[in-house]
Amino acid sequence: MREWIVNIALLGALLGAALWADGVDQPYWVNMASRVAILALAGAGLNIAIGHGGMVSFGHAAFFGIGGYCAGIAATHAMNDDPIMTWPLVIEGTTSMPMIWLAAMAVSAGVALGIGALSLRTSGVYFIMITLAFAQMIYYFAISWPAYGGEDGLPIYVRNEFPGLDTYDPLSFFALAFGALLATLALTHVMMRARFGAALTMARLNEVRLATSGIAPYPVKLTGFALSAAITGLAGALLADLNGFIGPNAMSWHMSGELIVLVILGGIGRLCGPIAGAAVFIGMEVIVGGYTARWQLALGVVLLLVVLFARGGIMGALAGKPRHD
Amino acid sequence: MSAALILEQLLNGVQLGVMLFLTAAGLTLVFGVMGLINLAHGALFMSGAFVCAWVAAQTGNFWVGLAAGTLAAAAVGALVEILVIRRLYDRDHLDQVLATFALILIFSEGALAIFGGRPLWLDPPEILSGAVHLPGGAAYPIYRLAIIIAGLGAAVLLWLLISRTRLGMRIRAGEADREMIGALGVNIAVLYTAVFALGAGLAGFAGAMVGALQSVQVGMGEPVLILAFVVIVIGGIGSIRGAMVGALIVGVADTMGRVLLPMGFAAFMPAADAASVGGALASMLIYVIMAGVLVFRPSGLFPAGG
Repeated sequence: MREWIVNIALLGALLGAALWADGVDQPYWVNMASRVAILALAGAGLNIAIGHGGMVSFGHAAFFGIGGYCAGIAATHAMNDDPIMTWPLVIEGTTSMPMIWLAAMAVSAGVALGIGALSLRTSGVYFIMITLAFAQMIYYFAISWPAYGGEDGLPIYVRNEFPGLDTYDPLSFFALAFGALLATLALTHVMMRARFGAALTMARLNEVRLATSGIAPYPVKLTGFALSAAITGLAGALLADLNGFIGPNAMSWHMSGELIVLVILGGIGRLCGPIAGAAVFIGMEVIVGGYTARWQLALGVVLLLVVLFARGGIMGALAGKPRHD
Repeated sequence: MSAALILEQLLNGVQLGVMLFLTAAGLTLVFGVMGLINLAHGALFMSGAFVCAWVAAQTGNFWVGLAAGTLAAAAVGALVEILVIRRLYDRDHLDQVLATFALILIFSEGALAIFGGRPLWLDPPEILSGAVHLPGGAAYPIYRLAIIIAGLGAAVLLWLLISRTRLGMRIRAGEADREMIGALGVNIAVLYTAVFALGAGLAGFAGAMVGALQSVQVGMGEPVLILAFVVIVIGGIGSIRGAMVGALIVGVADTMGRVLLPMGFAAFMPAADAASVGGALASMLIYVIMAGVLVFRPSGLFPAGG
């Protein structure tokens, strides 16, 4: 019960902050709220892998970046009016956000199926290193492949469109990001109460038991991994549109680390933990970063203290231990 | 495409491999003995390079800098182990990843605060600054050859240390059964600090040596760290021998791939396209090798304890 109060308070605070900033005509803060929502969405995706499935992926920045590149590539081809590919089927560029989102989720999930199929043959520390290495592989590919900007990245000159909304209006864009976040959280909540969620939880707690009860753990984990990647990819597409830019930096291993950080800061495996984590992360960047360019030093110290002494993160502090039901 | 070029690139690959081995050895030792995944290992590599460059600039003597860099990295390693790392041994890998990621942030920002954002420069010592002529006529820097020799020397010393000394015996015993050696009266806390400092010193030594080849700057340890991960995944986590083989495979494959792949593609496509396709594939090559090893030998080429 207490967790639900905290969850609703967190969502309400984020929505309220955006509405208030729009009301006092501060688009900078509306966009900041959009960033929190997008990072929370990416974290919510990663939370499915780490928190629910026990798969410590140190390579989710790859999916984040792939989603972003989907938005960038679709928009670039639409602007230049040349198809992305002509064989075996013709795929045109597009500026329609729903199409781009679908593509970002599909491509991220597809790549995650490939990476997961290999990585899930292992576990523990191997899994961490292998997901990291695969993400680096994609990162270096993005850097050295010149067609889409290579090291310089790919600008999105005109923000993509959503039917019936002016996506340049900060509050409308926030509504899109917030809507995606809400939908994801609702889906996660329903999923974790369904048969699949129970299987995924059991795959984390005890694979042998899951196998004994007649469910093979490998496909369950692989599905969870792909789903997690799809959501993080969607967040990447949104962030690329918010920034008007996507570059290889979105795929760097620092980004993977930061995504894990915000999941853990918020509270691992907690539904709204990533919102709290993203809010604190961006809050530190804005507030501490306002005093010193070395704000990541403070982040490092806080993170170290949380890991060593305050396990459970922000949700653990606000809402107590997770209920086991 | 001459034989001289191939030989030169092969030597470059071996040099990269030797440096990777020195970095990976610490990672794999720490994992083998303490079961800890240490992302901050690259920060220790960086510390060695920074201290070496700074001391060498102050004293004007590369060798003093090299010794100072190695010792400083070992000392920093011991300090970090005592303050932070030893609290993580019985935590799960996620906590270890996060805490050592936090250490990376602290080290990187700390180095920026102390040394500033501008890279430091470190010149190789006078005696190693020339070039030798390889068979085939190409000139090859003596310093790179010296790195290969120093790295191989360090590898032999490490092997002797582990297989012939009392400390090495305790390290091997620690890999086999942690609780038992504690019960037999070995001070585990001191042993763990020593192993961590040893790994840190090796990384610092590698960082200091490499510092004279490239600029010494914040973040220089991170690409090495990730390559070292690939090395120990290929070699088998916890295996020193695996780290050596893995490091040479990664070093040579990466270096040769960057030369040979663009050339290979140039045989049947326009030069500009070949350079971009070949370059992109070359940068992915070692990860493809890693994936291949995983498919056939999921626990690496030389699984520890097997």
